[in-house]
Amino acid sequence: MAPANRQIGKPVPRKEGREKVTGAARYVDDLAFPGMIHGVTVRSSVARGKIREIRFAPGIPWNEFTIVAAKDIPGKNCVALLIEDQPCLAEQFVNHPEEPVVLLAHPDKYLLEEARRAVQIEVEPLPAIFAMEDSLARKEIIWGEDNIFKSYLVEKGNLDAAWAAAEVVVEGEYDTGAQEQLYIETQGMIAQASPETGVTVWGSLQCPYYVHKALVRLFGLPKETIRVVQTETGGGFGGKEEYPSMIAGHAALLSWKSGKPVKIVYDRAEDMAATTKRHPSRTRHRTGVTREGKLVAMQIDFDLDGGAYETLSPVVLSRGTIHAAGPYGCPNVRIRSRVVATNAPPHGAFRGFGAPQSVFALERHLDRVAAAVGLSPEELRRRNFIREGETLAVGQVIHEKVEMSKLLDRALELSGYHEKRARFQKENSGCAVKKGIGFASFLHGAGFTGSGEEYLGSEALVSATREGKVQVLAGSTEMGQGTNTVFAQIAADAMGLDCEEIEILQPDTALVPNSGPTVASRTVMIVGKLVETAALNIKRSLEEKGFLKAGFDKDEFREASRRYIERFGGLQSLVKYQHPADLHWDDGTYQGDAYGAYAWAVYVAEVSVDTRTAETRVDDFVAVQEVGKVINPVLAGGQIEGGVAQGIGYALYENVVWQEGRMANGQMTNYIMPTSMDVPAIRVYFEEMPYARGPAGAKGIGELPLDGTAPAIANAISQATGVDVRSIPITPEKLLELLENVHA
Amino acid sequence: MRSCVPDYWLETPHTLAEAVERMGRAPGEWKPFAGGTDLMVLLEAGKLPHRKFLSLWKLPELRGIVQTSGEVALGALTTYSEVWRSAVLGREFPLLCRAAAETGSIATQNRGTLGGNIANASPAADSPPALLVYDAELEMISASEKRRMPFHGFWLGYKKLALRGDELISKIYLPRGKVGWRQFYRKVGARRAQAISKVCFAGAAQLEGGRIADVRIAVGSVAPVVLRAVETENILRGERLTPPLLRKARETLAGEIAPIDDIRSTAHYRLRVAQNLLAQFCEALAA
Amino acid sequence: MPEAPRKVRVHCQINGMPMSLEAFPMARLLDVLREQAGFTGTKEGCGEGECGACSIEMDGALVNSCLVPLLQADGAKICTIEGMGQVGLLDAVQQAFLIHGGAQCGICTPGMIMAAKNLLVRNPEPTESEIREGLSGNLCRCTGYTRILASVVAACRGSRQGR
Repeated sequence: MAPANRQIGKPVPRKEGREKVTGAARYVDDLAFPGMIHGVTVRSSVARGKIREIRFAPGIPWNEFTIVAAKDIPGKNCVALLIEDQPCLAEQFVNHPEEPVVLLAHPDKYLLEEARRAVQIEVEPLPAIFAMEDSLARKEIIWGEDNIFKSYLVEKGNLDAAWAAAEVVVEGEYDTGAQEQLYIETQGMIAQASPETGVTVWGSLQCPYYVHKALVRLFGLPKETIRVVQTETGGGFGGKEEYPSMIAGHAALLSWKSGKPVKIVYDRAEDMAATTKRHPSRTRHRTGVTREGKLVAMQIDFDLDGGAYETLSPVVLSRGTIHAAGPYGCPNVRIRSRVVATNAPPHGAFRGFGAPQSVFALERHLDRVAAAVGLSPEELRRRNFIREGETLAVGQVIHEKVEMSKLLDRALELSGYHEKRARFQKENSGCAVKKGIGFASFLHGAGFTGSGEEYLGSEALVSATREGKVQVLAGSTEMGQGTNTVFAQIAADAMGLDCEEIEILQPDTALVPNSGPTVASRTVMIVGKLVETAALNIKRSLEEKGFLKAGFDKDEFREASRRYIERFGGLQSLVKYQHPADLHWDDGTYQGDAYGAYAWAVYVAEVSVDTRTAETRVDDFVAVQEVGKVINPVLAGGQIEGGVAQGIGYALYENVVWQEGRMANGQMTNYIMPTSMDVPAIRVYFEEMPYARGPAGAKGIGELPLDGTAPAIANAISQATGVDVRSIPITPEKLLELLENVHA
Repeated sequence: MRSCVPDYWLETPHTLAEAVERMGRAPGEWKPFAGGTDLMVLLEAGKLPHRKFLSLWKLPELRGIVQTSGEVALGALTTYSEVWRSAVLGREFPLLCRAAAETGSIATQNRGTLGGNIANASPAADSPPALLVYDAELEMISASEKRRMPFHGFWLGYKKLALRGDELISKIYLPRGKVGWRQFYRKVGARRAQAISKVCFAGAAQLEGGRIADVRIAVGSVAPVVLRAVETENILRGERLTPPLLRKARETLAGEIAPIDDIRSTAHYRLRVAQNLLAQFCEALAA
Repeated sequence: MPEAPRKVRVHCQINGMPMSLEAFPMARLLDVLREQAGFTGTKEGCGEGECGACSIEMDGALVNSCLVPLLQADGAKICTIEGMGQVGLLDAVQQAFLIHGGAQCGICTPGMIMAAKNLLVRNPEPTESEIREGLSGNLCRCTGYTRILASVVAACRGSRQGR
C-alpha cells in the first residue's frame, strides 16, 4: 500500500524548530542536576612516552576533589569501538598529545581549572612519529606490528596487462589536510553513576548505542544497568560519532567515584586539541587512457593518517577506497589503500568519511588527464561515465539508469559554465583578479558498506497511544539534519495522518531500540524505511481488524487506536532491518554490492583569485544531485548548502597547523571556517529517480556535498590561474607560491 | 583553559581623576580595562597574568568625537562602531572608518575601543595603520600631567609603548588637512570578516601636477610594531610614478619590513603581499 | 586593600525585568545570564568572541556576552533571545527562521536571531550583501548561511507587509 505523499515532498517546518528559535531547546550545558559537580580532564603534553609520575602540586585543597585515574576503572580501560586499543585513561604509556590521564571533579568550576594546572604528568619521552611517510617507513613501530591499522586491495579486470592499451599515461599525487568538525556546541556529558543505580549519561552525541556499548565495557556492568540519553545536539558531522564514548566514560567514572552527578563540557580550545578530526590523506594516481580519452587502466594508492589509535579508521579507509575510482566504467582498476598510525590524537569520522579525500584526488586528477589527451574536462567524463549494467571498481553492477551525462548537462547549463569559461579565459589576461570555473562529478554510496547494515540489524518501533498519538522510537539522533521532521513526515504519510500527530521520542537507550548509528547517510534511507514499514504495519493492523475504514481522519484514527488498545493491550510495530537478498558482498576480496544505493552528482564552482594576495573567493556554486526522493525540500536543501559550505572550508580555509602532533591553532580565531561573507548563495537542484528500498524512494544525502565541493573549487582555481592544484586546503600562502612558480 | 576568575579585581573609578589617582599611587598595579574585547579573550585562554583592572567603560571624559578647525579629537573610549558611524570621520578620515568596519564583527565593534586597541599594542591591529597615515597624535593623562605626542614613535618595540605605568591614553587627535589626498586601505586576512590581518596596508598621497607631492604609508602585521614605511615614502616623495620607481619602492619596502612565519601566515607571503598592496596603492594613484 | 577580590552585586534589566545579580566582577556576563539568571538561551560556542553564539543586546548594541565582565553590566538594559517575541507569539524573525530553515542544529540560532533583529532595527531593508555583513559575526556550521539569509529577507518582507 503506497503512502499518500501528503507530507512527503513538502517543506514541513522543523519539529523542534520552535524550541530552537526561542532559545528553549536544552543542550547538555543548559542542564543542571541537584548536587551536580563539574569535571575536567588532565592531559599529556608529550606525544609519546612512558608515564613516570603524576604529581599534585601544593596549594590546592586536593581532599575536596574527586580524582580518577586508570586504576579506578571498574571494567576494562578502553573506549570500545571496532577494537579496544584506545585506553579511556592512559595508564603506562601515552601515545598522543592531549591524551587523557587524570580526571578531576569539584563543585567550583574556577577552582577546578586551577587544579587542572596543578597536576603535573611526568612523561619520559619516546621517539614519536608525526608524518605518514615515517610511519609507513616504520621509523618507529608505534602501533601493532607495522603501524598499519588496516589495508585493502581492490582489483577489477587485469590492470597489469591493461597498460599495453594505454596510449597516454598520467601520474599525480594529491594531498588533503586534517579538518576539524567545528560543531558550534562543544562536546559535553552529564553522568550519574553508582554501583547501586548503574550508569546514566546525558549528552551531545550521534550514536547512543555506541556510547552504551563503550560504557558496558568500561564498567563491566550488565547492559540493562547502563542508560544513554541524547540531549539536543548542536551539530555533529561525525565528530560526535566516536568521541562521546570517551567523554561519557570520563563523566561516568567521576560520578562513580564521587557519588554525585558530574558534568564535563569542553571549552573550544580543549575540544579542538583533543577530539577527532578528518583523516589527512595522500593519493597517488597512475592512469592510462587511449588517445580518445577512454580510461583503460587506473592504479590508485590511497593512504590515510589515522592518528594514535584505530577508532573507525578501517571503515573510513573502506569508504575512501570504494569511492576512489568514482562514477566511471574503467575496466581495469587496482586500488591499494592503507591507514597508518601517527602520534597525533586519533582521527575519526567527519561527514564523507574517506570519500572527500579520494574524490578530491580523482576529480582533480581527471582534469589533468583530460588536458593530457587534449579533451575538455567534461568530454573526458562523458566518455567514461558508468552506464547501467556496467560495474564499479568493486564489481558492483549498476542496476539503475545512470544519467550522469544529463546531470552534467544540467549543472553546466545552470552555472553558465561554457559561456563563463570562454569569457574568463579572454578577460583574465591583464587582470589582477582571475576568474575560473570548474566542476566535479561523483557518486556517494548511502548506508553502511557491504554487509554492514546486515551486521547492524537496526530496529525501529512505531507505537500508537490510547490518545491516538503516534510515537516513533528510534536510536537515530536529531542534530540539525532533520531526523525528527523527516521521520514524522514518513510516519504521517504511511498512516494518513498529519505530522502534528507524530511524536519522535528523545533517543534514550532505556526506551528506544538500536537503530544503528546516525552516520553514513543512512538515517532516512535505512531507518526511515523501517519507520515507514512499522507505521504501515500499524495502519494495516487497524484496518485488517476492522477498526479503521478507508478515508479516515485523525479523530477516527484516534478512536480506532483507543479501541484497539483497549481490546488488545497495545498497538505497536517493531521492524528489524532485512538485508536485500540480491545484495552480496565479500569482505575477503572486497568485491560485490558495496552500497544499496548511490546518489549521483555534479558540482560546479566559480571562483575569483586575486593574484596580488592569492586569495580565492567562491562567487557562485551550483550543486546538482540525483537523490531518489526529496522528503523535505527545505531540510534537504539545507543539508546540501551546509555541506557545500563545509566543503568550501575544506578547500580554502580550514588548515590545521600541526606542531609535533598537536594542533597549534586550536581557537576559532586561528582555525578559519567561512563566515556569511565567505560563501556565495549556494544553488541546489535535485533530481529524483526513486530508489525502491528507500522510504518514498529516498536515498541518503547527508555526506554527498563534502565529496564534490573541494575538487570543483580546485579545478576552478586551476582553470583561472594555470596552477596545478595538488593539495587542499589551498591557502593563500600555498597558492601564492604556486602562482610564483607558474610565472617563473 | 580558563583563568581563575575569583582572582581578578575589576573596579569602577567614578571619575577620570579617580582613575589616574589610583594608577599614580602605585604605577603598574592597576591597569585600565576598556571594552574588554582583548583582555577577556586572554582571560578565557588563561593568559592574563595581571590581576587588577580599573573599568573605564563609563567615564564620559574618555568618550566623544569633537571637531575643532585644525583637528578632530576622539576620546580613547570611542568604539569602532562610533568611528564608522561618525559623519566627520567618514568624510575626512575614511581609512580609519574602513579599518573600524573591518575589525572583528559588529559585536566586537560595539565594545572595542581605539584606546584599548592602541594599548593592546598588537602589530596586527587594524586601526593603527590608518592612524599613522593620518599623523595621529595621542594624549596621555596621569595624576601629574597631561602630555601629547605623535602616534608615530609611540610604539617602541613589540608590545612596548611609550606609556608609563601611571598613565592612560585619553585622546586621539587627527589633524585635518588630508581631505584632497588619494587614500587607500586594504586589510588582508584569512577570510572576509572576523579575521586577524596577515597584512594591513594604509596609504595616502597628495598629487600635484603628476608628481607625488607628499605621501604616507603604514603597514601592519609585517614587523614587531605597526610600521610607518618612512624609507618607502622617501623614495616616492616628489617623484612621478613610473615602473622603475615602483620597483625601487617595492625593494625599499622589503628592506623596511620584517615579516615572520607564525601560525597564521608566512614571512614570504606577508612580504610579497605587502609589496603587491604597495603596487595596488600606486596603481590607484596613477589612475 | 582586601586580600582577595570580592563578589559584586549589579542591578540591570533583563528582558524588561529588573534583576539583581551577584558574582565576581570579572565573571563573564554569559555565565551569569545562564547560571544565575536562568536564561540558558544564550550559548557559548568559542569563549573568544569569534562565533557570536553568545550575542545579546546590551543598551541597544549587539555584544558578545562572553567578553563582557559582569561589573560592566551594572545599570544595563539587556535583551536575550528569551525576550524576543511575546508570550506564545513568535517575533517575525523567529517565525521566518522557523519556516525558511534558518535553524538546523539550533545552537547558533539564538545569537543569529539577535544579530538579525539588531540588523533590521538599524537597517530595515538591507541588501543581501548588507545581511551577510551584518551577520558575519555569527558563525553557523550547519546551514551554509543560505537559508539564514532567506529567513532574514522573509522577515523584512513580512514586516513590510505588516506596516
